[in-house]
Amino acid sequence: MSFLKITGLSARLKGTAFPILRDVSLEVAAGEVHGLVGESGAGKSMIGKAVLGILPASVEITRGAIELDGMDLLSLPPAERRRRIGATAALIPQDPLTALNPSRRIGPQVTDRLVDILGWPRARAETRARELLAEVHIPDPERVMRSYPHELSGGMRQRILIASAFAAEPKLIVADEPTTALDVTVQKQILKLIAEMQARHGTALLFVTHDLGVVSKVCQSLSVLYGGKVMEATTVRDFFRQPAHGYSRALLAATPKYTDPAASLTPVPDAVIAAVQAEIAAHDRSLRHG
Amino acid sequence: MADLYSVENLHLSLPDLTKKPLLGSAPRIEILKDVSFALPKGEILGIVGGSGSGKSTLGRAMVRLLEPTGGKVLFGGQDITHLDEAALRPLRRRFQMIFQDPMSSLNPRHRVGQIIAAPLALHGFADVPARVTEALDHVGLPRHFAARYPHELSGGQRQRVGIARAIALRPEFILADEIVSGLDVSSQAQVLNLLEGLVKELGLTLAFISHDLSVIRRLCSRVLVLYRGAIVENAATADLFAAPKAAYTRELLDAIPLPDPDQLWA
Repeated sequence: MSFLKITGLSARLKGTAFPILRDVSLEVAAGEVHGLVGESGAGKSMIGKAVLGILPASVEITRGAIELDGMDLLSLPPAERRRRIGATAALIPQDPLTALNPSRRIGPQVTDRLVDILGWPRARAETRARELLAEVHIPDPERVMRSYPHELSGGMRQRILIASAFAAEPKLIVADEPTTALDVTVQKQILKLIAEMQARHGTALLFVTHDLGVVSKVCQSLSVLYGGKVMEATTVRDFFRQPAHGYSRALLAATPKYTDPAASLTPVPDAVIAAVQAEIAAHDRSLRHG
Repeated sequence: MADLYSVENLHLSLPDLTKKPLLGSAPRIEILKDVSFALPKGEILGIVGGSGSGKSTLGRAMVRLLEPTGGKVLFGGQDITHLDEAALRPLRRRFQMIFQDPMSSLNPRHRVGQIIAAPLALHGFADVPARVTEALDHVGLPRHFAARYPHELSGGQRQRVGIARAIALRPEFILADEIVSGLDVSSQAQVLNLLEGLVKELGLTLAFISHDLSVIRRLCSRVLVLYRGAIVENAATADLFAAPKAAYTRELLDAIPLPDPDQLWA
């Protein structure tokens, strides 16, 4: 039973024919970690934003459906949709510095969501926040609750955002490049933490990243995107062992592996890009006529 | 082979403005602690470390964007540690820098041709237009790109403009500070292959700062590992990966997410 089901989702830049997403379909089961990979501009972040209802104002959905926990999101009135999404899903953002308000202490930034969205009393929310900060291995949660973001390291700030994402026990979390701003040793700790929290809470995770190494460590399945279209959707094992699509193979060939320094590094060849663009154009035509 | 750079007991401290009292001067924070190494001509040196380890500060001290507080930096045998700006000016042509973010290091209101030409004119080169064209050819950008603005280019193309601007001056040394960390794997592969070719073709010496050991292994012949402002390991790349000596190097290696689902993290 899939918890998140996206069917034929297309989106474009408002007022133009410029496509942002092209007929995207994917399913994520409860407790599954699904990776969205691709180069910049492939549309991977846009899928996460569409699910959370936070697409930029310049992007409009033209067709398709997003089903979250059995609710057809796009058919709900906007206020109802926001409430339902807020109660079911959460985001772990990319940049922990811009995602936290620099002029407010950490405590209220974690509890706000519980108080405002779930209507918890403040005292209960604060107890829960302290538990969560301890759960993401923050030493001395009491002190951190009273700190301002600038007093904490990048890794610490990302832990806080993970804690607040899990605070309201969401069933789906969208993690949008959550470790791109961190260095490798901290990245490893944070990825292990996300995996640990995800397993303990049984949350479904949509994991947006451009790093195939990260995908191989945290995801079970993935969708490879190019130009807003899913090129290949498969399990992580099959993707690395027997990638079916030419573009997937080209992406893997462009990724450096430190265990294999002699292997030549091949940028995605122009011929592959041409083939992918031809595939997309043919698909666009069939959509228009179908 | 002669050493192009020789860095001896380098110390660098900067005022810690977060701890500055209302009156009086800020306490100084020590960023580089007793750093010594030699960089032979023609070598590609990788500099790795976590954030805040001092790798960029070390690079900036080498090209004298920062003045060291102690120790010595010798470039081609000449002591450049405390030279003033006027004395550095003729040397600046010989050591160039490529920055991490081409969007903020290329003037958005200048065309690519102007961007590459500016330092050539500053250093008094005669045949500027010919050298601009030659630099574009070297980095594999079409000549008509000279008329474009940075925002009209992709990230990988912008980074090539940064490389073209640096090599147009025919420097002996280039400092590349995290120049591929903002790029997709495909553009990253292109830029790395390009840089590797240029080093051979133009006889450059390169210091390549990165937090990504996979990239370092691909490109560099020697690696410095920095931790909290000190060198914890200085080894040939092959040796460093085969038998890392410092505990911090092992930690860095263990943390790389290898693109392989069967290699699970401990």
